[in-house]
Amino acid sequence: MSELAIERQIDRSHMTISDEVAIQINNMNKWYGQFHVLRDINLTVQRGERIVICGPSGSGKSTLIRCINRLEEHQSGDIIVDGTELTSDLKNIDKIRSEVGMCFQHFNLFPHLTILENCTLAPIWVRKVPRKEAEDIAMHYLEKVKIPDQAHKYPGMLSGGQQQRVAIARSLCMKPRIMLFDEPTSALDPEMIKEVLDTMIELAEEGMTMLCVTHEMGFAQAVANRVIFMDQGQIIEQNEPHAFFNDPQSDRTKLFLSQILGH
Amino acid sequence: MTTLTDTPKQGFRLSQLIYDTRYRSITIQVIATVLIVAALWWLARNTVANLTALGKDFTLEFLGNRSGYDINQRLIAYDSNATHGRAALVGILNTLLVAGLGCVLATILGVIFGVLRLSKNWIVSRLAAVYVEGFRNVPLLLWIIAIFAVMTESTPSPRDFRGENPVASMALADNVAITNRGAYIPEPLFANGLGDVEIKPGGVFADLYFNVSIDLIVILLTLVVSLLVVKLVNTRAADIQNATGVRPTTWWVNLLIIVAPIAALLWGLGFYLGKPELSGFNFSGGTHLRNSLLALWLALSLYTGAFIAEIVRGGINAVSKGQTEAAFALGLRPNRTMRLVILPQALRVIIPPLISQFLNLTKNSSLAIAIGYMDVRSTLGGITVNQTGRELEGILLVGLFYLLLSLAISTGMNWFNDRVKLKER
Repeated sequence: MSELAIERQIDRSHMTISDEVAIQINNMNKWYGQFHVLRDINLTVQRGERIVICGPSGSGKSTLIRCINRLEEHQSGDIIVDGTELTSDLKNIDKIRSEVGMCFQHFNLFPHLTILENCTLAPIWVRKVPRKEAEDIAMHYLEKVKIPDQAHKYPGMLSGGQQQRVAIARSLCMKPRIMLFDEPTSALDPEMIKEVLDTMIELAEEGMTMLCVTHEMGFAQAVANRVIFMDQGQIIEQNEPHAFFNDPQSDRTKLFLSQILGH
Repeated sequence: MTTLTDTPKQGFRLSQLIYDTRYRSITIQVIATVLIVAALWWLARNTVANLTALGKDFTLEFLGNRSGYDINQRLIAYDSNATHGRAALVGILNTLLVAGLGCVLATILGVIFGVLRLSKNWIVSRLAAVYVEGFRNVPLLLWIIAIFAVMTESTPSPRDFRGENPVASMALADNVAITNRGAYIPEPLFANGLGDVEIKPGGVFADLYFNVSIDLIVILLTLVVSLLVVKLVNTRAADIQNATGVRPTTWWVNLLIIVAPIAALLWGLGFYLGKPELSGFNFSGGTHLRNSLLALWLALSLYTGAFIAEIVRGGINAVSKGQTEAAFALGLRPNRTMRLVILPQALRVIIPPLISQFLNLTKNSSLAIAIGYMDVRSTLGGITVNQTGRELEGILLVGLFYLLLSLAISTGMNWFNDRVKLKER
């Protein structure tokens, strides 16, 4: 298992979870044509919760978090984000997207814009923030992810780990209340995984509500307060990390854990 | 045992010219150069020898002789008493006209159908696919002849517009007559026009004089100034956006800046439209767009537009889906995503092959001869060559013209490409 938890003393004191509901998903189903990707998903996320979603590939975990900001459309059931129901109403979609930040496996930085322009694009065009102010906000978050000196370079000039940290800063510039991470470290070289995870841990310490699809079980143990296991489009098991790893209930979870932690 | 610091001291051996990588490339280049020069020398010598044997010499004097043939479609004054050089100029202007019009229409068609083919609407995307596949899979020559045939065979002749109960009638409130001789449309006229300015080169080019309408120059200058002011307004809007975050709406200001001066100028010049009128067996007045021009223009545009549509579709598809998703996840709406994220990246993929298509269209316009459109290939490279027997000179000049025109187009477009290309590193 990763040494992250040992290396770094995680300060959990700020990670308070309020009673306020951040995301509420009721009986949600989704199909790709005939293929039933998500089956009867029920999930309540409190504000400040840090949830890690794991499971074999094709289990629907990415699809689940992509439904939360409508990158994928669900066909039945309700998704309520911060009190706004996700329907085909454009106003609701805009509202939810501006409150939910997302980081992708392949970063998806805009290659034709500098790092700074990547970070200011959405604040300027969506939030209507003056450029100077947007640049100040961007520099603040770039300092936070420890790459302010790269602000005027283009994404292609940065390493993978740096690009993913820029992607995190870019999302934070919109001051989201919820962050979604879709396998943020899967495309990175091993030595770069740590710098991205450190950034995510800092974010968690500040009380950000986080949903994270990842295979970094060290991160799950150190930061998550709930781990969800998905298989074949269903939530099979969810528990707090210690119990999840040491005392898995279902056979499929046991098998998955033995495969992922076995070596 | 040899040490690494010792450079091997060997004499130069002849075999090194072939087996040593340092000399090998030089050997190959020398041999190739010698062969090419020898071939060119042989071709030139052979040509000169054969021309001498036929009693021909290489001269461009024929360009100053009387042409003796008429050209129906001309942008400058010309009759059969003018020189062959002037006939060539008429042809050059006709080529430039159809190539310019073609590039504009082909780009418009290409962008529209390229985007439509990406539509999620099944019928729309299928229709765009039918257009693209239909036009790019049939030879251009067939399309030119087919469109020309439809235009001449299925339209009424001018005399059908005559009489008590005419078979045909003019369209668009009696402004446009579509006949088998072409379309007659209203022409722009100026009651208080400023006249023309004659541009007359000297020396051997004395016959290449032409007139330019001062009205047109004034209108174009006004338009350029208006566009510069619009640019200023947009820069100011961007400054306001940078300062306050809110971009002022500028489209109606811009519209006013462009439309108002032109409208005032046209009013001052006494602009009116001269309608085509039926007189005798034909129409007089108005502008006569010959079927040969229309058919060539349409065929070139539709054919090249099909290729451009595929280039546009490919360019937009080449931008990864992740870019759209990232922009959506940040809360950008689809139109802003297209303008700020997708198009800037797609353009760099679109422009280089677009240059090739413009060049193709320009050179393909030489198929004009199939339907009797008098371009430079038909005048200088056709009738002039037939009448003077100067085929070598004529064809060389036509080739030189296309070469220079193509180089000019690609230089201009490459300059544009450099401005929009991705500054990645």
